[in-house]
Amino acid sequence: MTARTAEMVAGAEERIAAQPTVETLEKGSSLWIDAWHRLQRNRLAMISLFLFFGIVLFCVIGPFFSPYDGQAQDLMKGAQSPSAEHWFGTDTLGRDLMVRTMEGGRISLLVGLVATLVALAIGVVYGATAGYLGGRVDAVMMRIVDTLYALPFTIFVILLMVAFGRSLWLIFVAIGAVEWLSMARIVRAGVIGLKKQEFVEAAVSLGYSHSRIIIRHLIPNVLGPVIVIATLTVPAVMLLEAFLSFLGLGVQPPNASWGVLINEGQQNMDIFPWLLMFPAFFFALTLFALNFLGDGLRDALDPKSSKD
Amino acid sequence: MALLDVRNLTTSFHLRSGIVRAAQNISLSLNRGETLGIVGESGSGKSVTCYSIMRLIPQPPGRIESGEVMFDGQDLLTLSESEMRQIRGTKISMIFQDPMTSLNPYLRISTQMVEAIRVHEQMDEKDALRKAITALEEVGIPDASKRVLSYPHEFSGGMRQRVMIAMALINDPDLLIADEPTTALDVTVQARVLDIIKERQERLGTAVILVTHDLGVVAGTCDKVQVMYAGQVVESGTTDQVFYDPQHAYTRSLQKAIPSLKQKEEVLYTIAGTPPDLSKPVAGCAFYPRCPFPKIAKPDGAPPELIELKDGHCVRDCGFCDRRKPIEEVLAKEVAEDAQ
Repeated sequence: MTARTAEMVAGAEERIAAQPTVETLEKGSSLWIDAWHRLQRNRLAMISLFLFFGIVLFCVIGPFFSPYDGQAQDLMKGAQSPSAEHWFGTDTLGRDLMVRTMEGGRISLLVGLVATLVALAIGVVYGATAGYLGGRVDAVMMRIVDTLYALPFTIFVILLMVAFGRSLWLIFVAIGAVEWLSMARIVRAGVIGLKKQEFVEAAVSLGYSHSRIIIRHLIPNVLGPVIVIATLTVPAVMLLEAFLSFLGLGVQPPNASWGVLINEGQQNMDIFPWLLMFPAFFFALTLFALNFLGDGLRDALDPKSSKD
Repeated sequence: MALLDVRNLTTSFHLRSGIVRAAQNISLSLNRGETLGIVGESGSGKSVTCYSIMRLIPQPPGRIESGEVMFDGQDLLTLSESEMRQIRGTKISMIFQDPMTSLNPYLRISTQMVEAIRVHEQMDEKDALRKAITALEEVGIPDASKRVLSYPHEFSGGMRQRVMIAMALINDPDLLIADEPTTALDVTVQARVLDIIKERQERLGTAVILVTHDLGVVAGTCDKVQVMYAGQVVESGTTDQVFYDPQHAYTRSLQKAIPSLKQKEEVLYTIAGTPPDLSKPVAGCAFYPRCPFPKIAKPDGAPPELIELKDGHCVRDCGFCDRRKPIEEVLAKEVAEDAQ
């Protein structure tokens, strides 16, 4: 060891010793970390988690590595079965199905995640506010939710399409507008239960404002069930999008989503079965993965409800 | 002038089943550095009184009907909600009964304490954390500087209650309201918690209101006592006055119910019956149906006034029973009659 490194080591030690206690703290293990450890023990949930991330990566990065353009038509190569050149085959217009599946997956996953986030944001804030304030405010806020619940979803979407034209953003809005209702109910129920707990009273007695109590103290405590519901909402939303696209109300060709691809595939399913098989397989796999992940998260976040 | 002067505070809950008069005409006063004990059975209005002072009564259904809460020269009941928020946590703090649920389970102790400081005071995050660590050391958390980053579930009940105390006292309040702070703790931890409160009080002159079931705790720590029954103060005075010269039938029965090491009786004394339903109006004395003393008149009319006997020793003297004999004699006679 040279004199210089020895000096550096000594200097570093001095700095460490001089630091205030604040920096040398042991971090406690949060309930979130405990839940993560429990989730890791759930094999099915972990496989689902990796599968889901695999599918996301496949859809997001995949198209960059493919020599084909998902929109480029080549009628000469129309509807070829899977081959070394086109792994998933091509559709009736000669487009590479693998790229189409990836690009469709991007849209489907985007719709699923964005609409769920929209639902999450509105539902959590709305539900927590209603539950915390209680009384008349709560009654009015929840009757609004009930009224919106009563709206038939398909008609609502068709109305939106007629009024604003067809766009991807409208699908986010339409699905988000429906899904936040159940989120709000769940959060409200959770908050009403929490409100009676002494840490909320303690927060009031320390002079915290209502908004601080809701955002900092109540919402983190209902996040467990909310995350579970969100994980289960993503596939529900993707299913809704597929349903809308299947009906021709959702994503418009030439853009693809899994719903659109499945719709196209089923039209020629007896002649070109691979057109249905590949998108349907990925769609089903994603839904399975998310549902198992949601179940696993529920057990991990609420150990009382788990079977073992 | 007294730090806290509550006059004729009346709080009731307007429920579908009727109006519950949970606290009626409560008056109390407290100087800096003093400790007031409020004792009584469950449902006697102890907590409601404290919550009313802090304006923590859920409204609706609760309502503070009348009275004044003069604190440091201003009436807390006339303040706006945001003015009240300025007082909570800085001038008046509260400790709750159940330490297991009174900390947010999802936030680190450090986060919660830093928040309690920074809500009321402009302070650098690091300085606030240092102040939090000092406060935890003061309440005797071992290795406070390491453990401050823990989560509440990593602490025992007694430690959580100490954290709560540290948090409640972190902004040096003038008044600390402790609502049964030791009920959920075992006896050794209980003594430690009371010592911590006492020590802070002596050092900083904090006034304390201690709500408890435990008469032993009152005798050991309080300067003044109020005995509550059915939403009313039935007797109040200095601890010596109330303990050595109890006047009201309820106070005397309560005292009799404390198991004593000297007594040889096998069966411990309990006050027969249960407290009255506060949603129904009470004729005369609320304790009359359970009173062990010989009855000399039928109870009727408004409840009797709280009358000062001497030197601030007040009692709600009903005059419906004969309380001249000591309670032991009365009870002995009762037992003899039962035997016959």
